[in-house]
Amino acid sequence: MQIDIRTTNLQPLRHTFAHVARRLGSDKPASRYQEATFDLQPTTSFHYRPLWDPERDLYDERRTAIQMADWYIFKDPRQFYYGSWTIARAKQQDSVERNFAFVEKRNLLDLMTPEWKQKVQEALVPLRHLEYSANLNNCFITAYGYGAAVTQATMLASMDRLGIAQYLTRIGLVLDGNTGAVLDVGKQAWLNDPMWQPLRELAEELLTLQDWFELLVAQNFVLDGLLYPLVYERFDTRISENGGSALAMLTEFMVDWFAETNRFTDMMLKTAAAESAANKTVLEQWVRRWTARVAGALAPLTEHVFAAEAEAVMRELQDDLRTRAKKKCGLDL
Amino acid sequence: MANNMVYLALQNNEDARPIIEAIAEDNPHATINHYPAMVKIDAPGRLTVKRASVEEKLGRDWDPQEIQINLISISGNVVESEEEFAVERLS
Repeated sequence: MQIDIRTTNLQPLRHTFAHVARRLGSDKPASRYQEATFDLQPTTSFHYRPLWDPERDLYDERRTAIQMADWYIFKDPRQFYYGSWTIARAKQQDSVERNFAFVEKRNLLDLMTPEWKQKVQEALVPLRHLEYSANLNNCFITAYGYGAAVTQATMLASMDRLGIAQYLTRIGLVLDGNTGAVLDVGKQAWLNDPMWQPLRELAEELLTLQDWFELLVAQNFVLDGLLYPLVYERFDTRISENGGSALAMLTEFMVDWFAETNRFTDMMLKTAAAESAANKTVLEQWVRRWTARVAGALAPLTEHVFAAEAEAVMRELQDDLRTRAKKKCGLDL
Repeated sequence: MANNMVYLALQNNEDARPIIEAIAEDNPHATINHYPAMVKIDAPGRLTVKRASVEEKLGRDWDPQEIQINLISISGNVVESEEEFAVERLS
């Protein structure tokens, strides 16, 4: 008896979900990101109006001044959905852990001059409280934003901010030999030191913003856009020049995270601005207003670190942000 | 008869799909054949997989050597650089 082995090609009846196929234009295989994003949020047939906002639906486009015909044209360039995000972050977490182990084993932070070690304690560690407000703000955007394409990415961002706050906490613990003393001092500074009060006031003001897209502009574009280059690039370079290059190993995640997340933030502003002239005008107003406000709030911190050069540094950072708004987001400021 | 056909055969899975899409866009002269569990891409002369195109589809950094993970078979001479992975056969 002879057995012939043949292959049979089974054509699947459909390649993806019908709602994804409608967005792709035809029934072709969709990526996981597309299937985990498109039209995931309910849009019709809500049961009751929420008690906390009886004027609007549970998910409502009217919670921001930005208007879009379709909220799913916001496409995360990183294509993060839960799976790809956890895989990416797990890899980064591994390398951060190795860096912490390396620095702690060799006591590398002790190479810093005492004066600069003090500056790191004063100017870096209290930022963990600011990261917590960034976490809450991204939670707010997730809760009140519209469309899974937006709220998915901001939820991941809010978890990222908790992670960054934890890394800052661990830097504090490395500095004080796991006693937590530096963290207590940092918290008191955040609550009482005049240097931090304008920034704390700004953080509290951001927590009260009602328009979620404005909050995204103020927190993720303007505040992060000025703070991250200030702290993790310029301040970091200054620390490295004073024996603290090991610290750069511990803040490497923040630098990578900022570069990566900017791609998402820039896409948000660019897509909304390209939708209509009205959106563009609103976005430009927001960026202008918040840039002035944030620069003022960061001034005391900048002066503490850069002394006489502080003004020049802050001016350069604002110019960089304006250039980024023009080139990456198409906003004229 | 001179035959200068080259091909790349890739697994037909979620990881390889962005690579296949990038190849299809960058090589308009290529024919893409779907088989069970495999996608075979034939072309005369040369097939190029560009880092930049795949990165755009994938949304993350991509090293052209990563293609090996999903590569089943090839025909042609391999030309590799930082920016692309190509197979070519000059007739």
